[in-house]
Amino acid sequence: MMAGKIETQTEIPKNENLIGLEKNDYRGRETSLCQGCGHNSISSQIIAACYEMSIQPEKVIKMSGIGCSSKSPAYFLSRSFGFNALHGRMPATATGAIMVNNTLKAIGVSGDGDTASIGLGHFKHLVRRNVPMTYIIENNGVYGLTKGQFSATADKGQELKKVGVNPFMPVDICMEALIANAGFVARSFAGDPKQVKELLKAALSFDGTAVLDIISPCVTFNNRDESTKSYAWGRKYEEPLHDVTWVPEREEIKVDYEPGNVIDVEMHDGSQIVLKKLEKDYNPTDRIAALKMLEETCCGGVLVTGLIYFNKEQPPLDAIENLVETPLSRLTEKELRPSAQSLQELMQRFH
Amino acid sequence: MTEAVEKHERSRDARSIINDFSMIVASVNGSGSQTSNMALIRALFRMGIPVNGKNLFPSNIQGLPTWFTIRASSKGYTARREAVELLVGMNHATFLEDLEGLVEGGVCFYPDHFSKPEVRPDVVYYPMPVNQIIKDVDPPRDLRDYMSNMVYVGVVAEMIGIEIEAVRDALDTHFRGKTKPIELNMSVVEAAAKWAHENLTKRDPYRVERDDQTEGMIILDGNTAGALGAVYGGVSFSAWYPITPASSLADALISYLPQLRKDPETGKQTYAVIQAEDELAAIGMAVGAGWAGARSMTSTSGPGISLMAEFSGLAYFAEIPVVIWDVQRMGPSTGMPTRTSQGDLLFVRYLGHGDTEQIVLLPGSIAECFEFGWRAFDYAERLQAPIFILSDLDLGMNLWMSEPFKYPDHPMDRGKVLTAEDLEKVDEFARYRDVDGDGIPYRTLPGTNHPKAAYFTRGTGHDDRAIYSERPEDYEANMERIFRKLETARGLLPEPVIEQGSSHEIGLISFGSTDPAIQEARDRLAETGIETDYMRIRAIPFSDEVDGFVKNHERLYVIEMNHQGQMHKLLQLNSPDHASKLVSMTHNNGLPMSARWITAQIEAKEMDS
Repeated sequence: MMAGKIETQTEIPKNENLIGLEKNDYRGRETSLCQGCGHNSISSQIIAACYEMSIQPEKVIKMSGIGCSSKSPAYFLSRSFGFNALHGRMPATATGAIMVNNTLKAIGVSGDGDTASIGLGHFKHLVRRNVPMTYIIENNGVYGLTKGQFSATADKGQELKKVGVNPFMPVDICMEALIANAGFVARSFAGDPKQVKELLKAALSFDGTAVLDIISPCVTFNNRDESTKSYAWGRKYEEPLHDVTWVPEREEIKVDYEPGNVIDVEMHDGSQIVLKKLEKDYNPTDRIAALKMLEETCCGGVLVTGLIYFNKEQPPLDAIENLVETPLSRLTEKELRPSAQSLQELMQRFH
Repeated sequence: MTEAVEKHERSRDARSIINDFSMIVASVNGSGSQTSNMALIRALFRMGIPVNGKNLFPSNIQGLPTWFTIRASSKGYTARREAVELLVGMNHATFLEDLEGLVEGGVCFYPDHFSKPEVRPDVVYYPMPVNQIIKDVDPPRDLRDYMSNMVYVGVVAEMIGIEIEAVRDALDTHFRGKTKPIELNMSVVEAAAKWAHENLTKRDPYRVERDDQTEGMIILDGNTAGALGAVYGGVSFSAWYPITPASSLADALISYLPQLRKDPETGKQTYAVIQAEDELAAIGMAVGAGWAGARSMTSTSGPGISLMAEFSGLAYFAEIPVVIWDVQRMGPSTGMPTRTSQGDLLFVRYLGHGDTEQIVLLPGSIAECFEFGWRAFDYAERLQAPIFILSDLDLGMNLWMSEPFKYPDHPMDRGKVLTAEDLEKVDEFARYRDVDGDGIPYRTLPGTNHPKAAYFTRGTGHDDRAIYSERPEDYEANMERIFRKLETARGLLPEPVIEQGSSHEIGLISFGSTDPAIQEARDRLAETGIETDYMRIRAIPFSDEVDGFVKNHERLYVIEMNHQGQMHKLLQLNSPDHASKLVSMTHNNGLPMSARWITAQIEAKEMDS
């Protein structure tokens, strides 16, 4: 056995997961995005992660805004409920839906225009409230559906054929999430499907807002080699902070590693994220260090990926609101309408 | 015989005007006069006298002038009255102006540290030694400013005959039985009444006497009524953003939900109320919750409605139940935030880009704020659509008498929702298919555990299976079905209230908070020989009765509080063959409607016709 290799006892049945579903049960409609679009690769990993985690698809809600990324929920998990709402406003619809049914797993899919421009305020307030959901940003630095304008995550000085040179500094979505006190902040690259899948699994096991900023190249408008949002650039300059593996609760972790080489993070649902050290030490529980790392690498010619920050101590919004166990959306008249006598008593107060 | 009754008997004469006056308390915003004004109005109410209280306040936290109007009416009229008989002038800055507004022979109470005005010799002046009384009673220093307002309560009570025990009852209600503030305030009230009894001689005709017209009734503001309606309608999610004059609706939800809607065993909440980051998010959250199956609402005013246009269109087109309260204030733009209006009618009716026609409820009393508050959820879930409730500042924030609210008279209507068991029995579930021919499709709730349950909700064009479509025939079929659904709504929503005589000559038409002024105006017009029929519209789209009433009258006056005559325009569209019979009468200056304005307008127009 190689040092650092993680083995588990899992034996996935050939075509079925633990709840008896096949991978096909997790697929969506045929994509209408461009061939080679990073978003399609992410959709595949969402399908794989949900299948492998044996998530009941009917218990998932897929929330999105407007844009190429926001169309993608139609292309995975057809047996899940989807809501393709308004540009930048997915955080609001997701908050409402989750608060009235917190037994559902929510996957939000957004883009850099949706999250970093028109919806930046909503995004930060969703994070601030710690709404329990996986919030994916498929980040390509460009507006695709409107044919190639810069987004707010485009690099300063970048040139695009249609619109010229971008004079503004980019919005760093991970940094915004950290400043808004997110408890789970990760960055990945659509060209690194294994890492995307492991981080997705970790995010889906987190019980607050899990922010997953995935660099997802736009093959049509922003994939020239010198663009930091291109496949070529990502492949060349990706620097993972660690090797990420998500291990479900039911599996015993068998790890063979040198002491100090692995950080093992336990989630609320009993699953674990195992982070194997690569070249440098990185502690994902130090918020200031995370911000510092992002600041130092933002224009430094590297694409740092991995679990940037983790803190499971903050209560999610549904816990703060002290909700009854039955989802609010499933309460009946008996629980919802106070008695006639209570109204009579109340009326006495206004005499 | 009590002292009060004795004094009352002593001063009674033929000139007395009993239980009929308007009183204005002029004070400085933020000076704490609210408790005093509540005490006066509730005390009158407790004495069985019909009252109405209106607060005319500035958009300001502290320092600008504010006026509280109390109208007592033996005939039970509650509309704004233009004539003012009694003034409590506590604001030096507006004192002379306030005096000018008094009727001939009116009455003025004022602090004796103001110099006696040299204008209006016809007015009966009662100076009040506010500072001396406060010095004698010596309340805690930090409460002195508030307490000094209780001086006028005591003096006014003594001079017009309000029973001191009724004031105590009123304070008991106001402070919810908390002894300490009740006693502290009463000590000032009693000292002031005693001083007035010993030092002032009654020289004016305005008096109150115990009556029995408020027996069993309640007095409340429309925003609280609307919030209680929502609570009894089973609201389980509300998101909102602070805005005058709608904030007190959310405040009331936050105040009453914990009392009425906690699980008795666990103490956990059967509801969530979220203060959003803006109105975009407020309605977005409400739409998300409605989509997921909850009884969901938001509450706002005009500027918030502007921001909610986008989500209103989505909810309309994606067919998501949600309830939206618009407590209207004066626009356009920021307008006059603390003044009342009915200026959002057309905007809300067509809120959303593209072909959007929203369903609008128009409560005309606090009892209807309560009733429409719960019914709106039934309509929203039955019709799978946003339901707008148009209230206004006057109805929402002022104090109105009412019969106690009636408990919902039928079980909740949760609309066409398919469960997993239902899905077992159907071959196919198509989210937007008109199975029953009423334009209303079936929906499933997220989380329904059946392979057929899921569908994809979108604001983009879709076919009847909710799948993205740009096919012309899919688009047309979907739009036609939505408008078929609105036809179904016509027969479902509250019908107009029609008061029909036999002449069929003159018809008055109104909606919302103008109702009391119109009722009063009709009595006055009848006294001068002008008989009128009356229709108060309570919902849009209009039911057939609306067109019927228009058809059946020769001249129709559409009375409303906006500049454009918005209801007038909607009625002309609804009855194009009779459009020329409809005459627009608009009152649009930020003040509530008055009967005098209506009678003057109609008398002038009838003279012309």
